[in-house]
Amino acid sequence: MTKTTAGSKAVPIRVLIAKPGLDGHDRGAKVVARALRDAGMEVIYAGLRQTPEEIVRAALEEDVDLIGLSILSGAHMALIPRVLTLLKKNKAASIPVFAGGIIPDEDARRLRTAGVRAIFGPGATLEEIVSTAQKLARSAA
Amino acid sequence: MTGARQLPSVARAIVAGDRRALARAITLIENGDASAAPILKALFPRTRQVPIVGVAGPLGVGKSSLLNLLVGHLRARGRTVAVVAVDPSSPFSGGSVLGDRIRFEGRADDPGVFFRSMASRGAAGGVAAATLEAARLLDAAGFDVVFVETVGSGQVDVAIREIASTRVVVLVPHLGDEVQTLKAGLFEIADVFCVNKTDLPGAEHAQRDLADLVAMGPESSGWKPKIVGTSTTAPSGISDLWDAIDAHEAFLDTSGTRRAGERHRLAMEIVGLVRDRVGRELTDQLEHDPDLRRLLDQVVARDLDPRTAAERLRPGPHRSS
Repeated sequence: MTKTTAGSKAVPIRVLIAKPGLDGHDRGAKVVARALRDAGMEVIYAGLRQTPEEIVRAALEEDVDLIGLSILSGAHMALIPRVLTLLKKNKAASIPVFAGGIIPDEDARRLRTAGVRAIFGPGATLEEIVSTAQKLARSAA
Repeated sequence: MTGARQLPSVARAIVAGDRRALARAITLIENGDASAAPILKALFPRTRQVPIVGVAGPLGVGKSSLLNLLVGHLRARGRTVAVVAVDPSSPFSGGSVLGDRIRFEGRADDPGVFFRSMASRGAAGGVAAATLEAARLLDAAGFDVVFVETVGSGQVDVAIREIASTRVVVLVPHLGDEVQTLKAGLFEIADVFCVNKTDLPGAEHAQRDLADLVAMGPESSGWKPKIVGTSTTAPSGISDLWDAIDAHEAFLDTSGTRRAGERHRLAMEIVGLVRDRVGRELTDQLEHDPDLRRLLDQVVARDLDPRTAAERLRPGPHRSS
C-alpha cells in the first residue's frame, strides 16, 4: 500500500511496529507486521521490550507515517499515554498511533480520548487492521 | 566556501543537528522527491569523507548484532556513529519488514547515534538507490563513522563497493569448503573478513580457509585483507574488528588510495545519475513522442531491429529522424 505525496507520486507507507514494556508475547505484533508488509508497507519492526523513549526515537529517526503498539502486559495505561506525550514533546503528535492487545473497553475509551486513533482487541481481523492503518496513514500524509 | 547562512533551511537544520530534518531528508531521497536535490547539493561541500563502513554477508551471519556491538565500542570511545541498515523489499507487494533495529540496543537518549532502516525498493546488489546519498547526508550531519549494513548478500551483491570506503564481509563457520572462497563476487570486495560466531565449531577452519585465500590473492591496491574472528553472544573480537577497519582507513590515507577510490566512486555515481536521467527521458519520449512511437511500431512490426532503433535514439530535444 502506498500513499501519494505532494508530487502525486506513490511512495510506500512507513510504519513502526513496537512492543512497549515487558511482556514477551510478540506473535501478534509479528502477524500484524507481516500483514502490513503484504499490503505493501515498509514495516520497521522494533520488537520486544521497548521503552516509550526508544519507540518515539525510532519513529522520528525512521520518519514513519504511523505507529502501531502491541501490548499484552496490562501496562497500557502507563506506557501508551507516555508515547503520546513524548510525541507531542517532539512536535510529532501528527503521527497517528494505533494499538492492539488486551485492552478493556473502559481503558480503550480513555486511550482514544488521549489520542490513540484506533484500538484492536483479540477479535480484530487483519483486513480491519490493514485498512485502518491505510486510512490513518493517508489522513496523516 | 558555503557559509551556514547561505544554506537552504533544511540543510541548515541538518548541519545544526536537527535529527528530524535529517530523517525527513532521507525519506525525500528514498522517495525520489525533487526537493532532495537542493539539500544534497548544498551539503556536498560539507561532507568530510568520514569512514563509510559497509557490512555485507549472507543473511543470519550476525551483521546487525555485530553492528550493535561496534556502535557501543565506538560510543565508549567518544565517536559518533550513524547506521543505515538495508533490508529487502518484496518483489510482490513492494512491502518490507525492516528488522535490523531489533538488534540495536537502547541508547534512547544518546544524540551520538542515528539509526535508519531502509528498504531496497527493487534495487539489486544489496543496497537501495538512496543508500549512498543517505550516507553522505549522515556525513554532512557530523557523524564520525557511517555504517551501511547491506541486505543479506548473495554471491554477487557487491554494490556496497560503490559506497563504502571499507568493506567488511561477515561469514560464519561451515558456509562451504575453500572452493567457495575462490568464487567471484562477495569474496573479492572484502577489506576485512569477519568470521562471526567463533563460539561455534569450525570457526578456526573457516579462518584458515580465508587466510589461504588472502595469501593467494593479488594485492593490486597493496592492502592485504585482514581476518578477524568475533562472537556476539559472549562478545569477543569486537575491538579487533574495529582495529582492522581502522587500519584499512589509515591505509587509505597513507597509501593515497582514498583519493583514487573516491574518484572512482564519484565517477560511477555521476554516470549512474546521467544513466537514470537519460533512461527516464527516453522512456518518457517513447511513450509520448509521435516520431519515437513510430520507431517503436516499426520494431514491433519487425521492420526494424532493437539495436538499430537504439542507435537512432537520442535523449533530449534533438530527436531521431
